[in-house]
Amino acid sequence: MGLLDQRFENSNVFVTSMDALLNWARLSSLWGMQFGLACCAIEMMATGASHYDFDRFGTFFRGSPRQSDVMIVAGTVTLKMASRVRKLYDQMSEPRYVISMGSCSNCGGPYWEHGYHVLKGVDRVIPVDVYVPGCPPRPEALMEGLMKLQEKVRRESLAKGVKV
Amino acid sequence: MTAPEILTIVKERFGDAVVDAKTEGVLDPFIVVKPETVAEIATFLRDDERMKFDSLMCLSGMDYTGGKLGVVYHLDSIALTHKITLKVQVTVDQPHVASVARVWHCADWHEREAFDLFGIVFDGHPDLRRILLPDDWEGHPLRKDYQVPTFYNGMKVPY
Repeated sequence: MGLLDQRFENSNVFVTSMDALLNWARLSSLWGMQFGLACCAIEMMATGASHYDFDRFGTFFRGSPRQSDVMIVAGTVTLKMASRVRKLYDQMSEPRYVISMGSCSNCGGPYWEHGYHVLKGVDRVIPVDVYVPGCPPRPEALMEGLMKLQEKVRRESLAKGVKV
Repeated sequence: MTAPEILTIVKERFGDAVVDAKTEGVLDPFIVVKPETVAEIATFLRDDERMKFDSLMCLSGMDYTGGKLGVVYHLDSIALTHKITLKVQVTVDQPHVASVARVWHCADWHEREAFDLFGIVFDGHPDLRRILLPDDWEGHPLRKDYQVPTFYNGMKVPY
């Protein structure tokens, strides 16, 4: 278990900073908002299934924005959907994070020129922490994106305010 | 029944309503009819014992450019295993076509889609609303002269 492994052999006293402990707890249980928009969602489901096992990062998908820490925007965000994405993001409790998965949600993807109905990047409506490139990204890429987000959470500080 | 035979029967029955036709030398033989008569012809094609077009395979909107719009109906008879294509043409100023939603119920959503993306108005449709785009969308995006808006509800649309 990394941080606590082999630490209780001689005593049950453990010294660390509050930031390190809280950040470790938070980054080890980033619950994802269940949110598939297009073909990227298939790869996201594969990431959550047994072969890739997202659960070993403490990430599993919740059906409600109020129980979620990270929103994985997996797929094409249409203009019709964009206001709903914004609303769901607003309903998530802070601290909250966003992973933009795939070319469509990064920048409009193949619809960048002729997609009259596609939002050219979800970062036009909500702030994005990690962009995962690919069309669609393989599960390994999404896991890499989640680990990047974990690195970001690890650097945050409750006492000193958020520094990234 | 072959396409020329179908054309002969339709011409016998509806005469003036047939504007144009091409039943030989094309992949999909078609009959062009007047837009206000299409529901009546569709009912005949569905119910007549020699026709039995019990399946509307596809209903598509078209923009032929130059202010001309159209609707294409691909019909199939499962009972008699023959096919025919119906076409109508309308103008952008008067985009009115008779609805076939009461003849083949699957036409309901197809017609709503053609209305949504091409602005073709289907007279007699039970519930002609947009089906894909949001209700407050302006314009009909699959028309050739469509201009993409700069903003939609405060969101920038172009890249």
